[in-house]
Amino acid sequence: MSTAAIAARGAGTGLGLKGSLSRNRRWALIASYFFLVFFAIFFLIPPYYMVVTAFKSDAEVAHMATNPWIIANGVTLDQFKLLLTQSDFLVFFKNTAIVTLCVVAITMVVSVLAAFSLGRMRFWGSSILATGIFLTYLVPDTLLFIPLFQIVKAVGLLNSYWGMVLVYPTLTVPFCTWIMIGYFQSIPKELDEAALIDGASHMQMLTKIFIPVALPGIIAAMIFAFTVSWAAFVYPMAFLYSADQQVLTVGTVTSLIRADVYKWGMLMAGALLAAAPPLVIYAFLMDYYIAGLTAGATKG
Amino acid sequence: MADTIHTWSPRLERNRLQQGLLSSSAARGLHHVLRRRSTIAFLMCLPLIVIIACLVVYPALYSIYLSMLNKAQTRFIGLGNFSFLLSRDVFWMVVQQSAIFALTAVFFKALIGLITAHLINNLPAKGQRKWRGMLLVPWVIPLALSSLGWWWLFDPTHSAFNYILKSFSHDEIAWLSNPYWARFSVILVNIWYGAPFFLIMYLAALKSVPEQLYEAAAIDGANAWQKFRHITLPMMRNIIAITVLFSLIVTFANFDIVQIMTAGGPRNMTHVFATYAFLLGIRSGDLPLGAATSLFMFPILAVAAIFILRGVRKRGREIG
Repeated sequence: MSTAAIAARGAGTGLGLKGSLSRNRRWALIASYFFLVFFAIFFLIPPYYMVVTAFKSDAEVAHMATNPWIIANGVTLDQFKLLLTQSDFLVFFKNTAIVTLCVVAITMVVSVLAAFSLGRMRFWGSSILATGIFLTYLVPDTLLFIPLFQIVKAVGLLNSYWGMVLVYPTLTVPFCTWIMIGYFQSIPKELDEAALIDGASHMQMLTKIFIPVALPGIIAAMIFAFTVSWAAFVYPMAFLYSADQQVLTVGTVTSLIRADVYKWGMLMAGALLAAAPPLVIYAFLMDYYIAGLTAGATKG
Repeated sequence: MADTIHTWSPRLERNRLQQGLLSSSAARGLHHVLRRRSTIAFLMCLPLIVIIACLVVYPALYSIYLSMLNKAQTRFIGLGNFSFLLSRDVFWMVVQQSAIFALTAVFFKALIGLITAHLINNLPAKGQRKWRGMLLVPWVIPLALSSLGWWWLFDPTHSAFNYILKSFSHDEIAWLSNPYWARFSVILVNIWYGAPFFLIMYLAALKSVPEQLYEAAAIDGANAWQKFRHITLPMMRNIIAITVLFSLIVTFANFDIVQIMTAGGPRNMTHVFATYAFLLGIRSGDLPLGAATSLFMFPILAVAAIFILRGVRKRGREIG
């Protein structure tokens, strides 16, 4: 707490002289930067170390002769070559891409339709349903993976990545619907009244007015659905066991570890490549990403 | 119920307006139009209802039934699985560790989130974006993959942390093989992963506090702590409550970190509910016992969920 207090002192009391006030501000700024650098180091140590390890040679990783935090014996791409040629990484990547694309498509269709209906139209029980959706979002995957194991098995999708396409929407649809309800509600009602007078059908209203106007919300929801299905771990861990069906998260963590030796260089190269798509999306669409993150609690 | 009606009131107004518009054209068609409208609305919700009913509500209920069967799922044994779990020392350790894990991690996540949000809020506007972007990185990397990176940092023979400790001629620490250090490590990783979420939520909340309040307080001669205590905290109380409760649910049900870094060991001391349920249900093939284990999470999650719902509705009303 003291850091916040020190840092916030710059806001000044309004009673001091102008000179001391600006000096205070400067010190507060310096203190802020100092502590931010400290936290940034804490937050960025693991990604930094993963990058460093991925570009080292196996010999350097294994022998610990040099400082592990830097690449002493030259940057090499061997780990990535090994990963892409000697392991099932590309199979995992393909499976994850298929699953994620399907889940994002399903999620967007289901949640945009439902959110339009719940946010803009009404029917008997719709407000209870909206509350129910929010509660569903709060149900964690670890509460349901055992009964879902039985269900996935019963429909014959155990150890198939299509089973993931079946169960991932439970993680994405509730939250996406919830934030889309918020976005649709924030659109002025004059718009749909005008459309109604012009004789537009509900479907036309949705596709011609609401989807274009709520596009930022839709992008935020899509990013959320993408990152959740890309990063899902519990369900594939429980439902998939052969390498040709495995997805990236579980595949990288389990299958790349050979029984005897941990090939840490290759593992880190795999983890980096697997984490790359969400990171790239985040780098380019940070504002949408953050909008989706904060919308859940501030809209509704 | 009163809350719900309040939340939806703009809609009622609009309906009334629309009815007015429509009655001018054809009073007879009005009933038909409204009925068709609600049918279409229901049909649009149908896919969502099917998904929630089949893949959330049904499994939840089925889980209760499943937890009352024997291992081979041939015989109904009532509460046998629950009483078996309650008689096991390991289970009580899981309860204890889950509580320590969730409470400690959420406390420090909220604290770090609050501090970093204030720090960033102090910066000049154009620098804020860059820092925010940088500090959110742990939240963006899929948790399973960053846990793997942490595992490598904690690796018994190659630990990069121990390299630093040794260079200060400090003893090596057995990060993941000493039970207490292992507990520390998994909590640390959870704090690392979750703090950025709090940072983003609190930063957004800080921006929504009206600047005039601080100016008025400055005129009254309030110092920084008084401003924080009497303006920032009350204005953010609701969002703090929502994020803490939400994080409590997510942290309590966390699986990835413990499963990857320790798989529950050493001596079962880092097991949380999710990993223990996975061990019993999937690894040992006793689905009913696993289902019973994860059902123990339900009461605490339900209580947290109810309070979150109250908070979100309150906030919805405040914003309007």
